[in-house]
This record gives sequence, structure tokens and C-alpha cells, in this order.
Amino acid sequence: MNTGDQYLKAIYLAQRIEEGPASTGTLADLLEVSPASVNEMIGKLEDRKLVEHEKYKGASLTDEGLERAHDALQTYCIIERFLANVLEVEEYREEARALESVIDDTVAERLDTIIDRPPECPDCFDPEHDRCKHLEVEGRAD
Amino acid sequence: MSLGQRVSSDHQLARLLQIGVVLEEVVESRAAHHLESLPEDERDEIDDEVDALLAEAAEESAEHRERLEALVDELDAEIVPYEEINQLVSARYGPPEDTDGVLYDQLANEETAYKFYDDLIEAVEASDAEFAIDRDRLLETLYDIREEEREGVEDVTDIMERRA
Repeated sequence: MNTGDQYLKAIYLAQRIEEGPASTGTLADLLEVSPASVNEMIGKLEDRKLVEHEKYKGASLTDEGLERAHDALQTYCIIERFLANVLEVEEYREEARALESVIDDTVAERLDTIIDRPPECPDCFDPEHDRCKHLEVEGRAD
Repeated sequence: MSLGQRVSSDHQLARLLQIGVVLEEVVESRAAHHLESLPEDERDEIDDEVDALLAEAAEESAEHRERLEALVDELDAEIVPYEEINQLVSARYGPPEDTDGVLYDQLANEETAYKFYDDLIEAVEASDAEFAIDRDRLLETLYDIREEEREGVEDVTDIMERRA
């Protein structure tokens, strides 16, 4: 997943958390980058008409941006589920975050052929807990 | 969230190689399922070329898997056994409608594997981390496998073009 898609996913999640435009601070926290980096990328995404930015309010996804953010979050859900249920990785959230930039969408699609994902994915993703709310991890209540 | 395509530790490298093993297992298993999914009469009709392609794909994936497993082993990590992945494939497998569908799926297999190794090579090359396995040997193995995946894409494409 490329950096632009990771930003779109973060904006989508921040908008859900904040129930409105995504603030630079929240995005910087989610992406673990500086506010200056966030502002630079928001500008680029705005040029590509994927994001609208309102001063002092924050960033919102356009329809096209929302579609791409959905796809990116779906890819992320596949990686998390694959790590948790197939490789049985305990720290699946941390590892998914570390791996998402190296795993291409097409690779995630193949991994998707061996995992179970609810049809409403990615709407069932819980941004507060950084995981699908339906994800069951064997042996652990989480 | 990590913004940067690089492999920074043995742990991350092992995890990516484990994913490579699973991808190979999925390719091997799907190729076998495709052959088995065709009814007897159609299986006879499937031309030798497609038959040979699937058999070769399964064999090549098994060989790639073994080479990756050797690396994963040196990094003290475990792999998911083939039988386990085969069962997961079986649980969700839906056979393609016809031989063309089989070929499209096989093309997706080969292209995905190529993309995976290409990204992995880039991420290893971008990193200056010291790994527990020799970097040159790691990269040589990955270059070899990527090249075979590239040839695999060409083989499927050639057959598809001839059938068109």
C-alpha cells in the first residue's frame, strides 16, 4: 500500500473518530509523522481531488478519496486477519501497521482467498481499537 | 503505522518470507484444485498445454516454498504447513467456470507472486539493517524466484494469446 493510500485510510478513520473533518494533530498521531508532513501530503491529495481541506477545521475525503480509503482499509483488514488467524501472530495490529507499506493490494487479494471476512468489511472496522470488531483471535478475549 | 517500504529487522524479514511461503502454498493448492475441479470428460478435453502449465506451476511453487522455508528456518521462525493452507483453500474454493477462468486465475497467481517478490527485494535493498542471514544469498534467492515468476507470467500469457 503506498503512502497516499495510507493517508487516505488515516483520514477516513480520523473522520470516524472525530465525527467530522480530520484534524492535522489526529492524523499526525495516527500516522506517527510530524504535523508538517501531514500538511504537505494533504496538499498533494487535495491537488489530486481526493481530499478537501478547510482551514482550522481539517481534511475530509471526496467521493473518490472515500472509495480509495475503503479499498485501503479493506487491504489493511485482510493483512490483520491473515496475521491473526493464519499466522497466529499475537501482536497482529502492530505487525499489520509495520507491513502494510510492503504488502501490495494484489497480494492482499490472494491472501483474501484463505481468510473469512464479513461482507460489510471495512465498515465493521473499529478505529478506536484498530481492528475489525468481528475479528476473533483464538485463545484470547480482546 | 509505518510509512516507508523497508525491512528493518530479522523479525519483519521472517514475517515477509512466511507470507511468501503461504502465497506459494496458495498457488500450489489452487493449481491442484483447478485440475481436480474439472469433471472427468472436461479434464480429458483440457489440452496438454494447460495441463502441463498447472502441473509445472504446482511443482515450481513447491520448490520456491522449500527455498523460502530454508531462509525462514535460519531466522528461527516457523512456517504454516502446506496441509493447513490447503485446507483453508479448500474451504473457500470456488472453481472457475472454464479453462479460460483457470488460466486467468493462474495469471493472477503468477503476477501476484512476481509483485510480492519485487516489493520485498525493493524493501530489502532500501534497508541497511544487518540480518542474521547473508544479505547477498537472501537477495540472490529472491532474484531467482522473481525471475521464475516473471517467466511464469509469460508462459500463461503465451497460452492465453494462442487460445484467443
